[in-house]
Amino acid sequence: MRDRIWIIAGLALFAVVVTAPFWSERTPAKDLTKVPNLVLPVNQKDCVAPVSYMRASHMVLLLRWREEAVRQGQRRYVAFDGKVYDKSLTKTCLGCHNKEQFCDRCHTYAGVSGPYCWNCHNQPQTNVAGISPRSMP
Amino acid sequence: MKITRKDFLRLSGLSFLAAGTLEAARAVAGSDSSAQNSPGKPSAQPVRWGMVVDVQKCRKDQGCDACIGACNSAHNVPHLADPKHEVKWIWTEPFENVFPFEQSEYAQQTDAGIPIPLMCNHCASPPCVHVCPTQATWKRDDGIVMMDWHRCIGCRYCMAACPYGSRSFNWVDPRPAIAHINPDFPTRTKGVVEKCNFCEERLAQGLRPACVEACPEKALVFGNLADPNSEPRQLLRKRFAVQREPELGTGPSIYYLV
Repeated sequence: MRDRIWIIAGLALFAVVVTAPFWSERTPAKDLTKVPNLVLPVNQKDCVAPVSYMRASHMVLLLRWREEAVRQGQRRYVAFDGKVYDKSLTKTCLGCHNKEQFCDRCHTYAGVSGPYCWNCHNQPQTNVAGISPRSMP
Repeated sequence: MKITRKDFLRLSGLSFLAAGTLEAARAVAGSDSSAQNSPGKPSAQPVRWGMVVDVQKCRKDQGCDACIGACNSAHNVPHLADPKHEVKWIWTEPFENVFPFEQSEYAQQTDAGIPIPLMCNHCASPPCVHVCPTQATWKRDDGIVMMDWHRCIGCRYCMAACPYGSRSFNWVDPRPAIAHINPDFPTRTKGVVEKCNFCEERLAQGLRPACVEACPEKALVFGNLADPNSEPRQLLRKRFAVQREPELGTGPSIYYLV
């Protein structure tokens, strides 16, 4: 029983180390609990599909647009509310959304490492004020 | 409820008759509606886009490169200093290299060194399409040999297959080599093949190709080769025209009035 002091000290140290991420102020864990700070378009209320669908399946829609516009020459998209859009990432999507403040922030938060859209697709001029197109990843 | 054999047969017969009539009526209605729709598609003129290049009108020999400049800026074609990395959609070669069969000694004296504008021939039977393993390049119904850069895996089979050297590979990231990026057209990325697309994005808007519109001499004439009254067909009826290497059986859609 002479080692009691060491055992208790060791257990205490162990508890401190294991629980450190939960109470330490230096850990980024607290930041990760925040949702990404997305900047939503100011000029538009409606998207090409309901928000719930876009949030979960925008990539499916983009792939379908890509196939239809490039391979079948169908460039008009009639949305769920009857509005007609151009099937264009640069003109339609980025016409409202900002890549850095919308796409990138959520992708970074969700740990989605780069869809390669931006290797080729440009940002429209109005959205790239102060941002060189070449600075895109 | 009791039903006799006679009643059963009579009922069955009537049921079959009713079902048959319904089916026939549906078929007639269907053929009617398809007949109404048909003027839109099948009776429409077949389209095969093509171009006639009037070499006599072209002023490339005087340093005009309006067509090349217009294409490059419309399609974000990079200008890379290293010739091994060169990317070209429309470019020039000396006459004797383009038309080696025209090399009589006297013709050489008059025509040698004259730059001839060249681009993808949008072949009727394109070898590049036959070899592409991912169908990243394919022939559209209107004759345009299209590329889907999303699907290109950079294997460069198409470059080996093309007898006209119309295809370029992006060995490096092209973006830094583009002076002014046109935001309406995507750039390409390292590792894909690219070539002239006959300005299909402009045709979709009802415009003519950028090179055709840029030519100050109207030396490039674009139109539907399947239409006997189109501008290129009228020129081809009047003047002697050649294609590049027609003996290969690729059926180029670009004709040269020499």
